[in-house]
Amino acid sequence: MNLSKALHSFLAGTLCLWSIAASAELSIQITQGVDNPIPIAVVPFSWQGTGVLSEDVSQIVMNDLEQVGEFLALSRSNMLSLPSDESQVYYRDWRILAQDYLLVGKIDRAPGSQLVQVQYEFFDINREIKLAGEVLTGSVTQLRDIAHEISNVVFEQVTGTRGAFTTEIMYVVAEYVNPELTYFRLEKSDYDGQRAQVLLESVEPIMSPSWSPTGRDVAYVSFETDLPRIYIQNIATGDRRQITNYPNLNSSPEWSPDGTKLAMVLSKDGSPDIYVQDLTTNQLIQVTDHPLIDTEPSWTADSRSIVFMSERTGQPQIYQIELGASSFDVERLTYDCFQCLNAQFLPDGVNLVHVRRETRQDPNYQIAVLNIETLRIITLTSTSLDESPSVAPNGSMIMYGTKFNGRGVLDAVSIDGTVKFRLPSTQGDVREPAWSPFLN
Amino acid sequence: MTKQSIQTIKMGLMAFSLFALVACSSSGDTDESGAMGSEGSSSSSSSGSTARTNPGSTSGQLTQEEIRAQNALRQTVFYFDFDIAEFKAADRETLSFHARDLAANSSKRIRLEGHADERGTREYNLALGERRANSVLNYLIVNGASRSQIEVVSYGEERPAQQGQSENAYSRNRRVEVVAR
Repeated sequence: MNLSKALHSFLAGTLCLWSIAASAELSIQITQGVDNPIPIAVVPFSWQGTGVLSEDVSQIVMNDLEQVGEFLALSRSNMLSLPSDESQVYYRDWRILAQDYLLVGKIDRAPGSQLVQVQYEFFDINREIKLAGEVLTGSVTQLRDIAHEISNVVFEQVTGTRGAFTTEIMYVVAEYVNPELTYFRLEKSDYDGQRAQVLLESVEPIMSPSWSPTGRDVAYVSFETDLPRIYIQNIATGDRRQITNYPNLNSSPEWSPDGTKLAMVLSKDGSPDIYVQDLTTNQLIQVTDHPLIDTEPSWTADSRSIVFMSERTGQPQIYQIELGASSFDVERLTYDCFQCLNAQFLPDGVNLVHVRRETRQDPNYQIAVLNIETLRIITLTSTSLDESPSVAPNGSMIMYGTKFNGRGVLDAVSIDGTVKFRLPSTQGDVREPAWSPFLN
Repeated sequence: MTKQSIQTIKMGLMAFSLFALVACSSSGDTDESGAMGSEGSSSSSSSGSTARTNPGSTSGQLTQEEIRAQNALRQTVFYFDFDIAEFKAADRETLSFHARDLAANSSKRIRLEGHADERGTREYNLALGERRANSVLNYLIVNGASRSQIEVVSYGEERPAQQGQSENAYSRNRRVEVVAR
């Protein structure tokens, strides 16, 4: 069936799940790196089998490590030797090239099956020791996953932080056709934009994807009934259900870290307030009650408090409230910005990522981090239309939506602001990234 | 969207025929309603002659008040200032005519669609679009419309009237549209 034509002609307000429509192809560009990246040699993995493998495992590892900015991979053409296991490694060869770390490996057919096994070993050149090594087995189509696994090990060995290379992102793509027709798609891909899939397509807006903490489901807002309503969809099967149908605005679903509740914004009583719906009992609790705008809820790690944006003092500022507390018992977290919006805590519970507009005169919106103990603020971005920050589950990077050459793109920046990369899209406006939890 | 565009066309046709009716006696002051209204006014030069031969216009002279009402009802898009949720004072009279029209035609149903420009976060803009639509809604009710005649929806910044990052595009995107249902 010609999907786009069918949609164009008839299906106003209707949807196609798992559509065959081409998804936006994203690929990473590094826009800014650290001053002194860690030198690492990733030797091409030897392949003992017949035919050509569809994925270059060592190249994927190199890309992973360089994308986060902290590493500089040695060019293959500068290598003095190409070892594939420990017996072939001479530390001196790598010390001459001023390398700190070395990754080698080999890929074989697993005996008696269609599977492949990837053996890798990781070395500290200066200390002349093997830091890690194992054999990973999978199908040829899983080679990319295996490569990201290896990147996780390397990253954790060197930085002490768990790697997020096997995580995924979700985002919304809007493809403008004419004033009467825009296609909206909810897509998901690897963290680096590869292997994108369409989860939902509509000719009405789709907004605010939020991962469940298990990574199994997504909650989002769809206007498919002509009104904004909240839906939950199983990512693997595509099964979905509408979970709200309150009058007026139903928006901003946000899963509690313990997975039992969904925070949301409803304006059924006149103005947008924060509510929490229990996902097992369906009981709805009103959390805030104010005649001005309250929106953009996010959860603290213990699932007991909600951080939100409110206009109650005139301009958007960030507040926190404990579930069960009186709606008057709110704590204000931001003061020294004209507008502070869309906040969430990093995994450390101290640093608050938010969108910031410093002054009334200068309507630039940038991503910033406020340490609520020291009150130190670091503004991480320098573009003007930055929004929808989403934090990697290891707390190392923030992905956000911005505009580049008039088009919506996803950028990512490290927590200290030193490393940036961009996932440009070949198609449509890309926005509202949602970084998955750890998926394994 | 298709439904909406049909409604847009309907409104455009209605605006066209209204304009044709009043073309001879109109004092010539044009509204500045933008998108929808401009369709009517762009065809104004050719519509004058059709009005004279239109048998529908023989029913008698329209009063000044009726002409003003018809002109007002042709304006279906109302623009807002940056960061502001209240409609402009200059639109008050026009909206009064919309309110009286709804009061006089109790079966009439409209939808108020609120929009924002892309500056600021999407969730905030969704709420802001609703506040803008509510600002119009409350005024219509105070002036005689019934709540049950009006549906409110906000699209935030998701459905810009004009693409781009210019001030001009932004000013056209901060709007409430009155859509017949």
